[in-house]
Amino acid sequence: MEKRFVYADNAATTAPSEEVIKAMMPCLTTDWGNPSSLHDKGQHAREILDDARARVAACLGALPSEIYFTSCGTESDNWAIRGAAYANIKKGKHIITSKVEHHAALYTCEELEKEGFEVTYLDVDSEGRVSPADVEKAIRPDTTLVAIMYANNEIGTIMPIPEIAKICHEKGVLCFTDAVQAVGNVPINVHELGVDMLSASGHKLHAPKGIGLLYIRRGVRIRNLIEGGGQESGKRSGTENVPYIVGFAKALEIATSKIDKLDLVAKKRDRLIDEILAKIPYSRLNGPREGRLPGNVNVSFEFIEGESLMLLLNEEGICASTGSACSSRSLEPSHVLLAIGLPHEQAHGSLRLSITHETTDEDIDYILEKLPPIVQRLRDMSPIYNVKV
Amino acid sequence: MLYSEKVMDHFTHPRNVGEIPDADGVGEVGNAVCGDIMKMYIKVRDGIIVDVKFKTFGCGSAIATSSMATEMIKGHSIDEALTLTNKAVVEALDGLPPAKIHCSVLAEEAVKAAIADYYKRNGIDKEVPGACDGCCSSCCHAEEHGHFHSRDGEEK
Repeated sequence: MEKRFVYADNAATTAPSEEVIKAMMPCLTTDWGNPSSLHDKGQHAREILDDARARVAACLGALPSEIYFTSCGTESDNWAIRGAAYANIKKGKHIITSKVEHHAALYTCEELEKEGFEVTYLDVDSEGRVSPADVEKAIRPDTTLVAIMYANNEIGTIMPIPEIAKICHEKGVLCFTDAVQAVGNVPINVHELGVDMLSASGHKLHAPKGIGLLYIRRGVRIRNLIEGGGQESGKRSGTENVPYIVGFAKALEIATSKIDKLDLVAKKRDRLIDEILAKIPYSRLNGPREGRLPGNVNVSFEFIEGESLMLLLNEEGICASTGSACSSRSLEPSHVLLAIGLPHEQAHGSLRLSITHETTDEDIDYILEKLPPIVQRLRDMSPIYNVKV
Repeated sequence: MLYSEKVMDHFTHPRNVGEIPDADGVGEVGNAVCGDIMKMYIKVRDGIIVDVKFKTFGCGSAIATSSMATEMIKGHSIDEALTLTNKAVVEALDGLPPAKIHCSVLAEEAVKAAIADYYKRNGIDKEVPGACDGCCSSCCHAEEHGHFHSRDGEEK
């Protein structure tokens, strides 16, 4: 097969779509007013902003007044956790989360521990799922917040959020879900879901980087993270990033319109998984077969290391990522892979391929043609391959 | 790009990969838990390393540093090979990102471990300073062995 460029790292970021860029352009060229200004230029921008907020809210099943735009998913996660923790300090200082959260949530919790809060990090099963029963058991009288991600960014596991939210409400505890990987990839209606807060990020669904949101259910109060001019109903100051908000709205509408076609993506995912496992011995799937993000593939290959695998795939024009320590700043492999019980050796040899609607059957064929010989080439170089086989 | 052109060249076209079945010395350092293992084989004639081969489990820079280290000692005397420092390997590769300096430490140690094994097999009563017995992990002890670990190794 002729060399091609295959972008299979959509869980890291996605290509901004042309339609999204087209929708944003007027806000950069003509409609660039400040929505807080009272003159016509400003008020026109205000109308555009209000319209975008209403469209985003409609996609998520929320009220427009429940959507707060932020700079990114990380800000939303920080705000939700920190804001809820401090707003409920009179009730208690205990938070429940899981061991497989994104660092935006995990490190916020670790900081809160330094500030005197107590955090329970729940274990997950071998497929990366948090058990609702474990959440229930962990809730104490002084628990104020349960923060569990909707879907895992590394291994694609979809969490039982409706069950967890129900338990939280029965116990009078706030429920936040980091849905950065899920929004656009799973049908989401916040009211049906029952969560109090939900975060999302634009660049995971073909909008540009630099825009996120936090849904905060009506009546839920959390402390501000950013103070200033009182934008976003006084809850998140900073001049509204109108072009990016418009782009986010467009991207979310496109994703929502394609939501019933996600089983086509899931079929391609399953073909990738099945053929990788069939063609490459000593490989395993990380995360579940069922209840998995439609575009997520995460596999481990024994006897080799993920960064070198990723680099050789890159040489062939394939963009992927790995949970190996060598790809991170620390010397530890992925906390998610360790939490599902993988030994360090196998966590080092992991590969994540994340595909979208845009990924073609030819792209999948190309990956399946290039990957096995690359794995073999690295195994032939590996001192532990012959010893163990 | 994460790595220099030289690193990518040695990673994608590694020199001296393989094993020497009748090697005179074999050294293995690192461990799978840390994600790097280097195994080095040397063939020695009259104090000269006439052949060297390696096998490495690890990231791109682990493979590249192994390859470069073998090139730097092949055809040289044991005494010369013992003077090989991880810093020299880094410089020969036109630099490594700071987080990857430990790979060069591992390469230096693999050479020393192979020579220590050669001494042992031949009843040569010589110490190899800085040799690693392979039981420890390079990532965690590089500093205490006093290896070059400064920021000079940053990518240029």
